[in-house]
Amino acid sequence: MIDKISPSTAAALEDVRDGSTVMIGGFGGAGQPNELIDALIEQGARDLTIVNNNAGNGETGLAALLKTGRVRKIICSFPRQVDSQIFDGLYRSGQLELELVPQGNLAERIRAAGAGIGGFFTPTGYGTDLAKGKETREIDGRMYVLEAPIHADLALIKAERGDRWGNLVYRKTARNFGPIMAMAAKVTVASVHDIVALGELDPEAIVTPGIFVQRVVRVPRTATGPAGFRQVA
Amino acid sequence: MQKLTRDQMAARVARDIPEGSYVNLGIGLPTLVANHLPKEREIFLHSENGLLGMGPAPAAGAEDYDLINAGKQPVTLLPGGAYFHHADSFAMMRGGHLDICVLGAFQVSVRGDLANWHTGGADAIPAVGGAMDLAIGAKRTFVMMEHLTKGGESKIVERCSYPLTGIGCVSRIYTDLAVIDVTPQGLRLVEAVDGLAHAELERLTGVPLLT
Repeated sequence: MIDKISPSTAAALEDVRDGSTVMIGGFGGAGQPNELIDALIEQGARDLTIVNNNAGNGETGLAALLKTGRVRKIICSFPRQVDSQIFDGLYRSGQLELELVPQGNLAERIRAAGAGIGGFFTPTGYGTDLAKGKETREIDGRMYVLEAPIHADLALIKAERGDRWGNLVYRKTARNFGPIMAMAAKVTVASVHDIVALGELDPEAIVTPGIFVQRVVRVPRTATGPAGFRQVA
Repeated sequence: MQKLTRDQMAARVARDIPEGSYVNLGIGLPTLVANHLPKEREIFLHSENGLLGMGPAPAAGAEDYDLINAGKQPVTLLPGGAYFHHADSFAMMRGGHLDICVLGAFQVSVRGDLANWHTGGADAIPAVGGAMDLAIGAKRTFVMMEHLTKGGESKIVERCSYPLTGIGCVSRIYTDLAVIDVTPQGLRLVEAVDGLAHAELERLTGVPLLT
């Protein structure tokens, strides 16, 4: 019987190696798998490359992982936010390498890895500092930049519901990078709030088919909190 | 001569967004445009983190931080709205499916080059987000900004001195002084605020404005 359910977040992450590239889902707080990040901190792997849209908010989740000093490099599109103080400090002191990628290129580079694409030409970023040194090509009168896929050893994503085959559905805009990161990593671990029996997820509405997911772990439902913007009192 | 307020600028941009448009409103000043879209006009607001059919902010106490916009603020979804993942969302942008994108800017050049993501300061932490995808993706890219910097310098320039976001991507510029089209012949004045003569606007702007 195929059963991808892990008994705990610790069990799901027991074999993470030093030097791994780890994709972490989420856009700000929405879709950030905090319980899995906590388990990765506990597990202790070092010299990590992290792929995320942002670079942590406040002191928890991805910010807490950065604070451990075990992240060598982060690949992201929008590190600087009102509550990115942990990243800001590490970056300014030269302790964290940053690869800044336009958000759509980040998404497509992740998708390309999962889809077996060796690279693609995109108009985004052409003529800007973020395309410096990259191959360009004119196609049908428009200029494009060659971008490479981003592969990962591990993806940590947050979904809403899953089953023992690894099929997943998400919740609202917390979906964001989950489906494409699941495709791009050798091992994808998904946290879910509900584990349901096979057949309970509507096959017409499954967002991530289980082939892209290796481990599913249930975590208690907690409300997603605000992150990444200045709250007006 | 009376400069437009931020809300008056937003109302002016809203006038140019027709029924049935798919629109992305950038972070900052452009988000004000949503407040001025007439209720009887059906317009689809896209937010690049993964939703189409974005509605207004929720009532106090009803915030759901799994339902946020690109500025990470809580929003709502209209009936008929949809969620999708990031690669699909940016395909909507890069693939030319959006009709209009409204962006803020540091500078716009006479050729429609846009600089809005980075001041280039040596100690500034860079962050680009979806700016470069938005700039080049939509069928039309509108820029909405104050005409002059706080120091009185024109933000419409011969050549951008800040790092570029996109080349030749801006189609129309809305400022607190004027509406200006970017055309192959150069910048063309569409309208200026009451009491501002063409010659004076051109002097303030520092580049030729066709009429």
